[in-house]
Amino acid sequence: MDPALASSAKAATRPGAAFASGSRLLLWTLPLAFLAIFFFLPFFRIIGVGLSLQAFTADNLRLAAETLLFTVYQAVLSTLLTVLLGLPCAVLFARYSFPGKSVLRALTAVPFMLPTVVVAAGFNALLGPRGWLNLTLMDALGLDAPPITFVGTLAAILVAHVFYNTTIVIRIVGNALSSLDPKLGQAARSLGADSARVWWHVILPLLRPSLLAACLLVFLFDFTSFGVILLLGGPSFATLEVQIYIQALQLLNLPLASLLAFVQLLCTLAFSIFYTRFAEGRLVQTSPRQASQNLRKFARPAEKAFIGIMLTIIILLFVLPMLALPLRSVSRLDAVRGQRGQIQPGLTTDYYSQLFVNSRDSVFYVPPVQAALNSLTYAAATIALSLLLGFPAAVALARPGPLERILDPVLIIPLGASAVTLGLGFILTFGRLLIHPWMVPLAHTLVALPFVIRVLQPALAAIPTRLRQAAASLGASPFRAWQTVDWPILGRATLSAASFAFTISLGEFGATTLVSRPEYPTIPIAIYRFLSQPGALNYGQAMAMATLLMVLTAAGIFLIEKLRLPGAGEF
Amino acid sequence: MKRLPILSLVLALLLAACAPKATGPQTLTVMTHDSFAASDSVIQAFEQANNVKVTFLKSGDAGAALNKAILSKSAPLADVFYGVDNTFLSRAVSADIYEPYASPALKDIPQEFQLDPSDRALPVDYGDVCINYDKGYFAEHNLAVPQSLDDLAKPAYKGLLVTENPASSSPGLAFLIATVKHFGDPGYVAYWKELRQNGLVVVDGWETAYYTNFSGSSGRGAQPMVVSYNTSPAAEVVLAPTPLADSPDASILAPDTCFRQIEFVGILKGTSQLALAQKFVDFTLSAKFQADMPLQMYVYPVLNGVTLPDAFVKYSPLPSQPVLLPADTIAQNRDRWIQAWTDAVLH
Repeated sequence: MDPALASSAKAATRPGAAFASGSRLLLWTLPLAFLAIFFFLPFFRIIGVGLSLQAFTADNLRLAAETLLFTVYQAVLSTLLTVLLGLPCAVLFARYSFPGKSVLRALTAVPFMLPTVVVAAGFNALLGPRGWLNLTLMDALGLDAPPITFVGTLAAILVAHVFYNTTIVIRIVGNALSSLDPKLGQAARSLGADSARVWWHVILPLLRPSLLAACLLVFLFDFTSFGVILLLGGPSFATLEVQIYIQALQLLNLPLASLLAFVQLLCTLAFSIFYTRFAEGRLVQTSPRQASQNLRKFARPAEKAFIGIMLTIIILLFVLPMLALPLRSVSRLDAVRGQRGQIQPGLTTDYYSQLFVNSRDSVFYVPPVQAALNSLTYAAATIALSLLLGFPAAVALARPGPLERILDPVLIIPLGASAVTLGLGFILTFGRLLIHPWMVPLAHTLVALPFVIRVLQPALAAIPTRLRQAAASLGASPFRAWQTVDWPILGRATLSAASFAFTISLGEFGATTLVSRPEYPTIPIAIYRFLSQPGALNYGQAMAMATLLMVLTAAGIFLIEKLRLPGAGEF
Repeated sequence: MKRLPILSLVLALLLAACAPKATGPQTLTVMTHDSFAASDSVIQAFEQANNVKVTFLKSGDAGAALNKAILSKSAPLADVFYGVDNTFLSRAVSADIYEPYASPALKDIPQEFQLDPSDRALPVDYGDVCINYDKGYFAEHNLAVPQSLDDLAKPAYKGLLVTENPASSSPGLAFLIATVKHFGDPGYVAYWKELRQNGLVVVDGWETAYYTNFSGSSGRGAQPMVVSYNTSPAAEVVLAPTPLADSPDASILAPDTCFRQIEFVGILKGTSQLALAQKFVDFTLSAKFQADMPLQMYVYPVLNGVTLPDAFVKYSPLPSQPVLLPADTIAQNRDRWIQAWTDAVLH
């Protein structure tokens, strides 16, 4: 590493560089109190009730070991694939400008919050035994049976994980990429390095903290995967979380469920410690950049080919499976279904209009606008809460002292802990407070907080102390120095953190079903209500509701990313 | 203007803080599973008559909801629990979550449904888990509809049936129990191995089986037979966006192929509103609620003399000889059956 960079890296990680230990404790009070009450207390309460020596039988331990092995195996594979695809996508969005870019970028974030049932429907419409691809191939090749088996395979699990989580890499690494100082690359190039060398020796090392953070978050999502395994993998695959669900909620084998949840917790802790040790001391301070400074139009043939290939992949993997939902939401299949023959789909807006009337006089009917408003209100509260709690933690973590080295991995744990187990812990801990209206954003914040911290921390660490000192020595007031040095970097990171909190809250289902009041359902809950009963109207309305959710999320992300905080950089 | 989004965010937060506050009449909380449904007007009638607000706490599928009720029994989350079925009945009764209540309404409910002699869990609705088939598929392929469990293992039906994992789905478990009753224990294991050989498709739950795999639903799946409820064909007619002349699906109603699921309602021990909870139980057993159930939850009423909707009579007749097993037998064996099934079908 170049000596100048190395010395600034050292400056960034000098213990206790910025705060006295008193103010450090103050920074930690709020986030730690939150985690203690809403995570550790309920989690250990249920483990305490459930875990007993009788769970440690040879059979149970073998089941735990086998399940853990598969869980890690699929998570490692999924993470590798996600990063392999996410990295070039991040480069595409951070470095090049092309028409329709903001829309496409927002679209890649939509899968992240789509309920699994709906995603499974999308993939089935595309790749299922009677999906579009198989039917086309059967027609073209004159086959009797569908040539491609997708649902129920490991491939389906991996593809779905990539589909869900690539946005994490795009957003976290892309964010870092667009705030890199382009001069570093230019300097290397002027010294004769070719593109590959610039990437390998300059850009990748600089991206390392954000890349590692993205890897960890993606890995934990895959590690705790539940819906994707059940719906797309099918019953022959089980992750720890799936096994915990079956043991705890179907077989009421709380001792075994607690044992598995404990194993999962220990593994998460191990991964988090491994990550923090690995990521330590690699932060580099950079001068704040406007994202547009890193942007360029594509010119060279190689660049054109790269962009063409990436756009094709993005459309195939992200847009096509999602397209199935709006298509299904406007197609009528039933008039002809009774008489059969060939299926001749017609177009209809019935499902949408039906959303707006309570034709069945159901006590659980919710107008779509109301469901959307509920979702947005919870999302707004989640953004506010997670920023409020995440900011002080990220500030402390940006200049780590000995305390931070212990607390850093602890903050990540909620993301990798068993959600099913935590849900049962909530029941034990909060009783009838469980359906207090604030519980929904609080539960969402639990998931969003690790993201918010991981997005804010590298940005805070990258703020050049030297520039701030320089500004001060030139007579700038602390506020002025903050405004010109800190804010341009921070503003961008804050928006990115907010968009994570927004998507997480909008799509969250598991915790929401447990704590939401039935009279204030969110959109994902409304979708499940439709799908829990037979009938074409239910199916159609679920697809219509899912389409609304997609549009709402895409629009939300689009707007947040378009938002220009005064003085702050754009994305 | 630029600050508008931030302002509205703050506003939304304030709104969230003040909006939903519980005020006014007392609240009665009913814990139930996700499939619970009722007419707004029917619930409102009860609320007005008793000056009470009824809140429904949907707590996952039938098994998950019960287990949550058991876990919270020392400080119950609700006053009434609706929806324990006969496969879980023994577990619910032995976990001692109910307050006994011999509702006067029980006298008009057939004895065959009253499985709990201590009147902790009172029968409230029932239905049969049956194999649904896509009528169009069988007509088009000139294929006879299977008439017994044995038929399903024949080569003619290879790859045509989708069922649910009994470890994660209650219709899946119900169908497994039907095979245990028919083939005996351990004869059912060999049968499931045959089904597996015959291209049986297994998925995690009803939603996937019905909407993704079944060809007779809007999902247009690949399998023309699905383990579902005998009321689903009626639902396809009632809940069609355009009027249908006939149901696209029907149930196989042959002897020993359907499992009868009976659902129960009970008062949770430790409720502070015993009198109201009793009134609510009486209400669920009253003609008003019982007549409302069929088109809301797609189940049959247990009360004598309730008129059924036309669609039920036409498209969803009851099987003449459904499988019935004592709740105790199910409770004692279910985990072992599920394990043996898992080994035979999944491993």
